[in-house]
Amino acid sequence: MRTGLSVTLEKVTFRYGETAFFLDAGFEPGAVTAVMGPSGSGKTTLLNLVAGFEDPGSGRVLIGGEDMAGRAPAERPVSMIFQENNLFGHLTVAMNVGLGRSPSLKLDMRDREAVTAAIARVGLAGKEKRLPRELSGGERQRVAIARVLVRERPVLLLDEPFAALGPALRADMLGLIGELHAERAMTVLFVTHHPEDARRIAQNVVFLSDGRVESSGKAADFFGNSAPRAFRDYVGGTSPAR
Amino acid sequence: MTTRSTAGAAPATPLPGLAALGFVGLVVGGAFAGLIAEGARDPQGAAAALDGYMLRVAGFTLFQAAASTVLSVVPAIAVARALSRHPRFFGRSLILKLFAVPLALPAIVAAMGILSLFGRAGWFAAAFSAMTGGTWPGIYGLSGILLAHVFFNLPLAARLFAEALETVPADQWRLSSQLGMRAGIVFRLIEWPVLRAALPGVAGLVFMLCVTSFTIVLTLGGGPAASTLEVAIYQALRFDFDPARAVVLTLAQVALTLIVVAFLVRIGANLSGDANLAVTNRRYMAASGSERVFDGFCIAAALLLVAGPMAAIVAAGLEADLWRLVREASFLRATATSLVLATASATLAAALAWSLTAAGRRLAGSASFVLVVPPIVIGAGWFVLLRTVADVFAIAPAMVVAVNAIMAMPFALRAIRPAHDAAAARHDRLCAALGIGGWNRLRLIDWPALRRPLATALTFAAALSLGDLGVIALFGSDTVKTLPYLLYERMGSYRTADAAGLALLLGAFCLLLILAADRLGRTEDT
Repeated sequence: MRTGLSVTLEKVTFRYGETAFFLDAGFEPGAVTAVMGPSGSGKTTLLNLVAGFEDPGSGRVLIGGEDMAGRAPAERPVSMIFQENNLFGHLTVAMNVGLGRSPSLKLDMRDREAVTAAIARVGLAGKEKRLPRELSGGERQRVAIARVLVRERPVLLLDEPFAALGPALRADMLGLIGELHAERAMTVLFVTHHPEDARRIAQNVVFLSDGRVESSGKAADFFGNSAPRAFRDYVGGTSPAR
Repeated sequence: MTTRSTAGAAPATPLPGLAALGFVGLVVGGAFAGLIAEGARDPQGAAAALDGYMLRVAGFTLFQAAASTVLSVVPAIAVARALSRHPRFFGRSLILKLFAVPLALPAIVAAMGILSLFGRAGWFAAAFSAMTGGTWPGIYGLSGILLAHVFFNLPLAARLFAEALETVPADQWRLSSQLGMRAGIVFRLIEWPVLRAALPGVAGLVFMLCVTSFTIVLTLGGGPAASTLEVAIYQALRFDFDPARAVVLTLAQVALTLIVVAFLVRIGANLSGDANLAVTNRRYMAASGSERVFDGFCIAAALLLVAGPMAAIVAAGLEADLWRLVREASFLRATATSLVLATASATLAAALAWSLTAAGRRLAGSASFVLVVPPIVIGAGWFVLLRTVADVFAIAPAMVVAVNAIMAMPFALRAIRPAHDAAAARHDRLCAALGIGGWNRLRLIDWPALRRPLATALTFAAALSLGDLGVIALFGSDTVKTLPYLLYERMGSYRTADAAGLALLLGAFCLLLILAADRLGRTEDT
């Protein structure tokens, strides 16, 4: 149950205001796929479609081969971490994590143990009673990761969760995500602007441009000499051949 | 005004600001001087006025305000929640606009609307008579006061709560739907914390408005059984001519407001969480069937409450012989008087606000205390002070202009200050470097930036003054009558059709001014 499920967008169309999206992409089960592309290219829209916050105009979203049409966000086998606002400001760390187990915070002994273990796993042991405003930005995102752990969903969507953090912190968080992925092998869709992030933990890359999948493939190829041209243009100065 | 330091610091010579503050101090201080002098002159009379009547009136003032607050604020939470849960349905923005109208409506016009529905000769009078098996006496007394206060304050509170709910970041709605929270949990974990943080401020504002409500109680109270301190002050001065009693009542009102304000400042402590910026305004929640029915009911009931009296004003007003009414000498005179007084008071309010703003943050802040002093109190003080040395009715215009200007000043400040501070932050260093100061700075730098906010402040202050029946109730006479005063006279003499026509005209007038102020304030280009 913890191992990843495949995620497929089958000829999905979607309109948001003036912008039209056509997304056709597959994500390998149990792998980390970096979703990259310029602003407005549809990265967040792609995650929203998978999470069920948006419904496709046409086409299908499949997770583990199952059509997700008509499934509410909570009924889908996914967890998502946003860039900000992942926590409820008036609830303690433990309660914020506990929400991943029970949306009404009715927790039994086992749930409580899982919450404590998850908080310890992300390195926040002893801070269970803190409020989000008493934590640093990096610690807040760790709480969100702990909630993902107790939810145990096979697909994890990361919408630039570390974009607001400094370089050292970001590296720490990437390390943590990498470790958790190694332990649990969930399917991860990771939206990021930083090629070095993608290079560090992603096995695959999906590159979006103008609401379409421009190219996709192995990360090794994207960061090697055979990188697609549009991707190389996008990455620009931070040359792939170091 | 030759040199200016950086933003926020006081300029070298805040002379206009000090003058403005002095003027406000003079008007308010003069009123208190009058009250204290009268109390000292007739201590026995003052002591005698501390009787059961005063306690009863004070008690009723608090009771009606508390009841009005509960009846306005609690349903407002349900209405705001319903509005925020359904971000897109036909007529939603219209409803929100409609909810803003009572704020712009003069209290006496609203009272007229409620009377055309539930008064002795109102539309529902026959039905109520049949239901109760007697003659419907009209909605006077506590029920009338409460209904009118709820009409004003429920939409206000609902809008404030809806605004608070909009501060919840979109990510949290997404999160709650991903975690599968039910409506009850969403309320407890997301909506209630935001609402609770807004509650003391909203309830306090409503309570304050109801404690100092004068016109509604005067027109709908219907007798000594339902009298508040402010109305009792008016009666003591205008009917019983008992200045000693008026002094005691006024001091009681001031003490009461001070206690309430102190209490509100204490409980109003804001629970500030981390600063979250909403990404989008979209909601990702589907309400269940029964929730939809409940939300729909809340919105419909609030709509009925707000739109009912307004529709009654329009319908009853159109039944009146408007064409004859607008040609009557009394109407024309009152309109001219109202326009002159409103213009003068709006100009004064804007000038006061501008002077205080230019003089710096601290001065402007300290001037806002006037919101706490009810106009009737100031009017009563001057009435008592001047009655021995002058004809109090002859100074009516000056009184109305001064007091209304001071009452509108905090609102004018609110319109002007953000623009002024933003301009100052941008321009102060540059002006200092280039040596632009004094009149040149005013003309070239400040005026273009402040033109629009000043116009907003002017129109808004004019609307407030135009619809006010406070000071003029004390000082009005056959020689000086404003439109609200004329309307009140017509209501008192049972010329209901004329009153309805006047109410429609006055209401439309004030509404147009507020709309203009709103538009001027909104299309500001920066």
